[in-house]
Amino acid sequence: MKSAMNTKSSVSAHNAKVMNRFELTKRLVGQLKREEAVIGGIGNANFDLWASGQRPQNFYMLGSMGLAIPIALGVAIAQPKRHVIALEGDGSLLMQLGCLATVAERAPKNLTIVIWDNGIYQITGSQPTPGATSADLVAVARGAGITQSVWAADEADFDSLVAAALRDGGPTLIGARIDGKPAVGTTERDPVQIRERFMRGLGVRTDSSR
Amino acid sequence: MTDTTTRQSPWHDIVRSSLKANDVKLVVYVPDRVFTPLIQALHTDQYFITFAATREEEALGIITGAWMGGMRGAVLMQTSGFGTIPNALASLVVPSQIPALIFVSERGTLGEFNLGQALVCKTMRPVLNSLAVENITVTRQDELAFILDRSIKQAVATQAPVTFILSPLLTGGKVFEA
Repeated sequence: MKSAMNTKSSVSAHNAKVMNRFELTKRLVGQLKREEAVIGGIGNANFDLWASGQRPQNFYMLGSMGLAIPIALGVAIAQPKRHVIALEGDGSLLMQLGCLATVAERAPKNLTIVIWDNGIYQITGSQPTPGATSADLVAVARGAGITQSVWAADEADFDSLVAAALRDGGPTLIGARIDGKPAVGTTERDPVQIRERFMRGLGVRTDSSR
Repeated sequence: MTDTTTRQSPWHDIVRSSLKANDVKLVVYVPDRVFTPLIQALHTDQYFITFAATREEEALGIITGAWMGGMRGAVLMQTSGFGTIPNALASLVVPSQIPALIFVSERGTLGEFNLGQALVCKTMRPVLNSLAVENITVTRQDELAFILDRSIKQAVATQAPVTFILSPLLTGGKVFEA
């Protein structure tokens, strides 16, 4: 992990390749073989997670913008043997930057954060986010204490960073620059169904437990 | 915990015991002066996983995730912090039916010296009532253990959040040294 992280840490926000969120989401989910939990943030992060295939271990956060990472941290604390991945947009992260410090302080080995950074509030009309041309969110995460925070240089690099995070432990934050293409699907909108299915997917609920 | 010790214990010890007795292992807080002895007691007791979050809504997100992962959780905050969580309540905790246990140290009444605290306090119960979130103002130490035990069990059984507003009548509150 360390060596992979060190070589890639030279990639800055500005020379990382601009990729596609749905393509990367499929690549990430394709690597999940151990019923890892995935928390999708509000909006397109969720929609592309949904479109990549509806795993019982996926949680789609419909409201509460900015809370995908805190929710993932909670799952990681409750189930330390399961790897948990948060998928969050740059605008959502900016709304709850403090959570990076909380994650760094708790240092859960089983948590990976992926930031989809297109520099826009895509779902509300693609307005630029504050800092779209000036802030480096991976540097912010590193400064908050998540030392394993890197930009993915390209798709192959993204794959290897995800593999390393799943294999070697975290917390890890992977930044991915993405384009402004819309998501390819839309989640269902029933919070109770989503929550109940997720709890069953995590083995918390069974048919006999309720 | 016998009935006699319950009645004689300080309020923060009753809260700690009640959480423990109901398998509430995770407590995430944004600090408060009045809650300091409770926070210290939770840190001292190895049973608990307890730590500070940077915002109250972040704390709610963390215990929501923990609940879905099979661990019960509570959040601690002061009245002004409550003013930051209506969106997390209305868009996550309530519609997802999460039995979040929310402890609020009540500021803004019974001797408040900060107008800002006093006004935020006025918004708290109307917000909770408009969301139909159970909220109980605790003023008496001899009722605390009963209220907590029954309400935590109700929250879990009915899959609904509950707010415990701990009054200065119970905790002593924060005193203005004029």
